[in-house]
Amino acid sequence: MYSQGLIGADSSTTESEEFLAAFQARIDREEKIEPNDPMPEGYRRTLVRQIGQHAHSEIVGMLPEGNWITRAPSLRRKIALLAKVQDEGGHGLYLYSAAETLGVSREQMTEELLSGKAKYSSIFNYPTLTWADIGAVGWLVDGAAIMNQIPLCRCSYGPYARAMIRVCKEESFHQRQGYEIMMTLARGSEEQKELAQDALNRWWWPSLMMFGPSDSESTNSDQSMKWKIKRFSNDELRQKFITATVPQAEFIGLTMPDPELKWNEAKQAYDHGEIDWAEFKAVVRGDGQMNRDRLRDRNKAWDDGAWVREAALAHARKRAENQQIPQEAAE
Amino acid sequence: MTPESTHQLTPLWEVFIRPRNGLHHRHVGSLHATDPEMALQAARDVYTRRGEGNSIWVVRSSDIAASDPSFADQNFEPADDKIYRHPSFYEIPDEVGHM
Repeated sequence: MYSQGLIGADSSTTESEEFLAAFQARIDREEKIEPNDPMPEGYRRTLVRQIGQHAHSEIVGMLPEGNWITRAPSLRRKIALLAKVQDEGGHGLYLYSAAETLGVSREQMTEELLSGKAKYSSIFNYPTLTWADIGAVGWLVDGAAIMNQIPLCRCSYGPYARAMIRVCKEESFHQRQGYEIMMTLARGSEEQKELAQDALNRWWWPSLMMFGPSDSESTNSDQSMKWKIKRFSNDELRQKFITATVPQAEFIGLTMPDPELKWNEAKQAYDHGEIDWAEFKAVVRGDGQMNRDRLRDRNKAWDDGAWVREAALAHARKRAENQQIPQEAAE
Repeated sequence: MTPESTHQLTPLWEVFIRPRNGLHHRHVGSLHATDPEMALQAARDVYTRRGEGNSIWVVRSSDIAASDPSFADQNFEPADDKIYRHPSFYEIPDEVGHM
C-alpha cells in the first residue's frame, strides 16, 4: 500500500540496452529477483522508495489507532486493537528488512522519516476523533491496504513479495475487526448509528485517495508495471475497492458520502464522484490536519527511546568483553 | 532529532523458526538486536504471534556466507544433465513390481 503511486520516485536508469533486456526477460519469465542478483539502478531505487514509504506508513499508522487503545469501550475491543497495532509495528519491521536487502540501512530510513524527507500514506494525516473512527479505519483503511497489497504478494522482488504474503495473512483480521465495530455501532442506538455514519463520511474519500493519483496523472506507473513491481494501476485497484466496499456499507445500513455513486451495469462497476485531488496534494505536501503531530510524535518516541538503544549496545559490548576473559584464562 | 548516526549500528539478525517438532527450522525474516537474548526475544514477539512455531534460531546476518548469484550457472547447472541420479532413469519391468 501506502506508496500511493510512488510519490517522487525516479525510475530512470543508465544500464546498457543489453543488460536491461536480459533483466526484462527474467521479469517476463516471472522469475523473482533476489537481493544479490544484478538489477537496474532504477529498479533498486524505485523499490527502496516504495518499500520505504510502505514501511513508514505502517509505523506512522500505529499513531491514529494507538490514540484509542486506552479508551476502547470493552476489554474485547481493547485486546483486538492492541493486537492490531502490534501487528502494524511488525509489518513495518518486515518491510524495513525487505528494503535493507537493497542496501539501505534502517538508520538511514528512520532518519528520512523523522526529518520529513520520506513520505508515508496520506491517510494517516487524518485524525481519529471518535471510537467509530477505529471501526472505519479497520474496515476502510485496512480494506484499501489489502486491495493494494494482495497483488504485491506477486511483486517481482522476492523479499518484498515474501513480506507482503505475511502482511496480507495478518491484515485480514484487521479489516474484519473494523467492520465488526462499524456493524455493532450501526445496529446500536440512534446516536451510535450517527457516530458510524459520521466516521464513514470522513474516511471514505481519504480511503479512496490511498490508491494514489488517477492513472492519467501517475507518471511512474508504466515502468513499475513493466518491472512487475505493480500489477494493477491505481484506478483499477480503486475501482475494485469501491466495488467490494459499497455492498458492505449497504448491508449495515450506512450511506456512502457520494451522491454520484451508482452502479453502472455496462461497466460492471460503480461510477463515482470526483476525488478532491487538491486536498490529496495538500496532505502529501505536509499540510494535512495531522502531518505535524505525526512527525512530532515519531520524533518524540525516537528521542525518548535513545537511552534504551544506547544502554542495550553498551550492555552487549560489556558482555562481549567479559566473555573474552575466562576464555583467555582457560587457554 | 536525527538518529545517532555517529553511534554503533544495531546489528541485523536472521530468524529461523521450526513450525513443529520433526520439521526443519526455516528462514522467516530478519530483525535488529544488540545481542542474542534480545534477538530471540524480538523474534518471539514479531515472528511467533500466531502459533508459527515452537523453536527459534537467530544468526547474525554478517555471519552468513552466501554463494555468489553470478556463479549460479556454474554451481547448479551441472546437476541439470545428470538425470541418471534420479530413479526414473532406470528401466525396471512392471512385473518386478514397486521398487
